[in-house]
Amino acid sequence: MPPAPRPAGISARQRMLQIFVPLLALGFGLVVWQWIVWAYEIPRYILPGPADTAIALLTDSATLWPALLVTLRITFMALAMAMVGGVFLAVIIVQSRWLELALSPYTVILQVTPIIAIAPLILIYAPDTQTALMICAFLVAFFPILSNMIQGLKSVDHHLIDLFELYGASRWQSLVYLRLPASLPFLMVGLRIAGGLSLIAAVVAEFAAGSAGQGSGLAFRLIEAQYRLNLPRMFAALVLLCGAGIAIYGLTSFVAWLALRRWHESAVRREG
Amino acid sequence: MPKLVAMRAVSKVFADGTLALDQMSLEVETGEFLSLLGPSGCGKSTALRLMAGLAEPSSGVVERPSGGGIGFVFQEPTLMPWQTVFGNVFLPLKLRGFSKAEVRERVMDGLQSVGLADFAHSYPRQLSGGMKMRVSIARALVTRPSLLLMDEPFAALDEITRHKLNDDLLALWRRSGLTIVFVTHSVFESAFLSSRIVVMRPRPGRVFRELAISQPAQRGADYRVSESYRADCQLVSEALQGAISAAGN
Repeated sequence: MPPAPRPAGISARQRMLQIFVPLLALGFGLVVWQWIVWAYEIPRYILPGPADTAIALLTDSATLWPALLVTLRITFMALAMAMVGGVFLAVIIVQSRWLELALSPYTVILQVTPIIAIAPLILIYAPDTQTALMICAFLVAFFPILSNMIQGLKSVDHHLIDLFELYGASRWQSLVYLRLPASLPFLMVGLRIAGGLSLIAAVVAEFAAGSAGQGSGLAFRLIEAQYRLNLPRMFAALVLLCGAGIAIYGLTSFVAWLALRRWHESAVRREG
Repeated sequence: MPKLVAMRAVSKVFADGTLALDQMSLEVETGEFLSLLGPSGCGKSTALRLMAGLAEPSSGVVERPSGGGIGFVFQEPTLMPWQTVFGNVFLPLKLRGFSKAEVRERVMDGLQSVGLADFAHSYPRQLSGGMKMRVSIARALVTRPSLLLMDEPFAALDEITRHKLNDDLLALWRRSGLTIVFVTHSVFESAFLSSRIVVMRPRPGRVFRELAISQPAQRGADYRVSESYRADCQLVSEALQGAISAAGN
């Protein structure tokens, strides 16, 4: 039998359409927005058009870009810590049913309490604002990773577990060669959810913190612009946050694709 | 004949209280092709898991080859989807601490013997059901076990593929001198493959009857339509009917 055929490539024309249709729709929306602003002569302190927003992005870049970097740094550090912590705790939790039961009240309490409500408390206890924001974003990103990883570790094919037992695999070998790779698709789902949530948490926690000064992130710049009724800058900050969200989603999807592309159905294009 | 496996008055009670096996005694002789045949719930898979050491008997004794002497083929191919065909067959040796370089030839020989040497770098999802099962068989044989346990390995395959794999398995058994215990619910498969058939009955699972199959050395397409095969099938079928109607009595 010949090897299964490679996924048939969609035609170049279709690929072009897949890229251009969304871009065209977006462009159309921007044009309509700009036209409304012009046609009704709406002042920019009420509704700035796309052009005003773009100008604000450029003129305020000295304020906005460093703020974006601060927010992104908090988001990614929280995400990285959540990945390491979530996977590690999941591996420990599935070792023992009793341990899982004992830890369950804490995981449930931390998971169901809205982060915005805990943030003021964390701000009091944390040594500085940056750390507090990082803890908030970490807490939010941690649980989707933990719960997906636990689910993944528990969903390993029982026959494969039998097989490893038959060949006398050690606990460590079963973990490294079987349980971790088998849970990778679940972990990637957790990562994609956690990526978006950690950005939201970083922004929400900064609203709560209301910190000013050098090290502040985009959320504070947004509030600051609101106080000054600087709407073009608010829109510019929103555009940056939106871009950051898209970039994080794209990045986590890319990581998931890299991890699963060779073998998992979710990353393989359906044939025929 | 020396005994490779011996089950003496073995009972198995599951956690929910089901009596899966009741006082089963069975000896597997070296070099034979033994089929365990019976309707579902007769404990044949349980008996196989006990022989493999994947389950412990509730009472009675199971004597079996220790260490690496056993290969096991499940009903599903049970391959790791994240590993290539080579990686899957290499697994039992990897778990014993061999490096890839040390055993590359041995793994490739194993793949060669099931006709899949060209697919060493493919992933399981790229293979057909029959090819996956061949990989599973190559993996079970790569440690050169003395005993091969097979739990309805071909039940999910289409008939053409199943016949082909039956032929190949028979050829492998003849040339290797392996001892095979084969669980099936197919009268035709057991009559075609076996040198001895143990028919089991359900509720509770126990041995109902043993049948020795007189077999020609060569069993190919001709044998499938021969009078002696048909007669064997009839004998086995009657024994199975008896086992089913004896259930619960």
